[in-house]
Amino acid sequence: MNERPHLAVVGAGPAGLAAALAAAGRGVRVTLIDSAAEAGGQFYRQTAAALGARRPQALHHQWRTWERLRDGLAVHIEAGRITHLTDHHVWFVERHDAPRGADGADGPGRVADGAGGFTAHALLGPEQEQPVAVRADAVLLATGGYEKVLPFPGWTLPGVVTAGGAQAMLKGGLVLPGRTAVVAGTGPLLMPVAAGLAAAGAKVAALVESADPRAFVRHARTLAAQPATSAAKLAEGAQYAAELARHRVRTLVHHTVVAAHGSGRLEAVTVAALDGDGRIRPGTERRIPCDSLAVGHGMLPHTDLAQALGCRLDGLNVAVDDEQRTDVPGVWAAGETTGIGGAVLSMAEGRIAGLSIAARLDSRTPDVRSYQAAAKARTGLREFFAALEAVYAPPAHWTEQITDDTVVCRCEEVPASAIREAVDELGAGDVRTVKLLTRAGMGWCQGRMCGPAVAGLAGCAPEPSRRPFARPVPLGVLARAGETDDQGNVTAY
Amino acid sequence: MTSRRSPLSPLTPQSPQSPQSPLELVRARPNPAFTVTFDDREITALPGQTIAAALWSAGITSWRTTRERGEPRGVFCGIGVCFDCLVTVNGQANQRACLVRAEAGDVIRTQEGNGHHE
Repeated sequence: MNERPHLAVVGAGPAGLAAALAAAGRGVRVTLIDSAAEAGGQFYRQTAAALGARRPQALHHQWRTWERLRDGLAVHIEAGRITHLTDHHVWFVERHDAPRGADGADGPGRVADGAGGFTAHALLGPEQEQPVAVRADAVLLATGGYEKVLPFPGWTLPGVVTAGGAQAMLKGGLVLPGRTAVVAGTGPLLMPVAAGLAAAGAKVAALVESADPRAFVRHARTLAAQPATSAAKLAEGAQYAAELARHRVRTLVHHTVVAAHGSGRLEAVTVAALDGDGRIRPGTERRIPCDSLAVGHGMLPHTDLAQALGCRLDGLNVAVDDEQRTDVPGVWAAGETTGIGGAVLSMAEGRIAGLSIAARLDSRTPDVRSYQAAAKARTGLREFFAALEAVYAPPAHWTEQITDDTVVCRCEEVPASAIREAVDELGAGDVRTVKLLTRAGMGWCQGRMCGPAVAGLAGCAPEPSRRPFARPVPLGVLARAGETDDQGNVTAY
Repeated sequence: MTSRRSPLSPLTPQSPQSPQSPLELVRARPNPAFTVTFDDREITALPGQTIAAALWSAGITSWRTTRERGEPRGVFCGIGVCFDCLVTVNGQANQRACLVRAEAGDVIRTQEGNGHHE
């Protein structure tokens, strides 16, 4: 058996890759487990190889950084230091209490603080029926995030997609949601999405951002407090703005989509200006014909695996210390699962986690100097994104725009009226009670799509959901999940 | 402002008649296309594309009707989280079109309700 300690990294986006490279470079054997066909995560989502893209970078930013990650991964795979499992969807990470192995094999692989190792349970391929188990001495969760979308009348019409979804379909499959798009919502993702769609040949009729430009002024001091970070980020913003101008995309700030219209599919959206209180300014409504709407209101972290392991959350994010350790021994977390902050922050966190893991698996304390630059970048970017979060906000009174017949829970088709009834007449004051009374959040997506909307309608703060498994699991797989062979590292059962 | 030609722009100016495509943007040379069927209609798909991407390329945006209201649905999140894009592929219901790769000869059908009526 291999004596070197073994790390399982869940997620091959910027955070997971940076961590895998850092750890593998210091003698740790790494298994990188990811659901996509190729590494990259959402930010560096790769075009399917069979599509033969000779200039994939036209759909990306910070491509040189990606090349470094990609080439580094290839070198480690070639040398046998990293095993990359593609198309593996991890649904549960199991923590073993007792030291494993009857032979008392407490080699260098045992985490110093006593964890008995882990098994990452995954399902193979898009059908997700064949199980795979990966044993490891330590786990890094780099599960990233997904988009938050708040409902509005018409948001279930075909042609209405998440902003990130439009980008993922474009990067991965080289397709557009339609010929004429509106990009709307709030957040730093909207500009690159609009620029990408326009470059790929869509007519982008408008970029509709609900943030109030005055909020930028209010937060200017925080945004400028980290000069290096701000300069880089402002340059990035200016680059997107130039691309939008080149494609003659008009940007409507402090505006919102009031409704999407169409019969059977999207035909137009109504947009309106917002007043100082964040309400629709009467008389400013206008209709924009379009066959696609890419909409998003920020990002949410994927924390299911961390929660099932018992990791403490800080708000909606996995709580980590300066070394990116969770409060569960042997479990680290990095990237957007610990807080939304973009690819550069994710890579800094991943690098710190990888160096910490390599040291801790060798019963050493990591040398802080080895990741000084990454720690500095992490501090600056976290502050910057905290300020951005205050600037990019949905309209203050977005719940007022949701008509009673608007479907809020897309899976169970629960209308806003049912949720309001549960709150106003039945006294529900939290997402869980609303769910029990209305079925909102009980469907396929397990409340990932409607959670923030239900919380808003119930007048409570969004709270993390507790989901025992990170994705649907066939019952046959679940029944046999305990019967893993703990000798091998990758075991089909 | 006069129009400037960027490195990303096509050689012909943008107009409704000659839209630049994502394939052009990345100078794609895809492997040979193949045929799949959607509700008995033949459509062309490119290797590497998901079922959802193949359907979008054919101008199709919905391939499921909901259980309660019978409303049409297609891609929403595009990354496998929302389950809105469920579809029946080769007789197997509840496949996420945004995750499953299209293969030559796939028989894709609109999924009605929970997909288990047939």
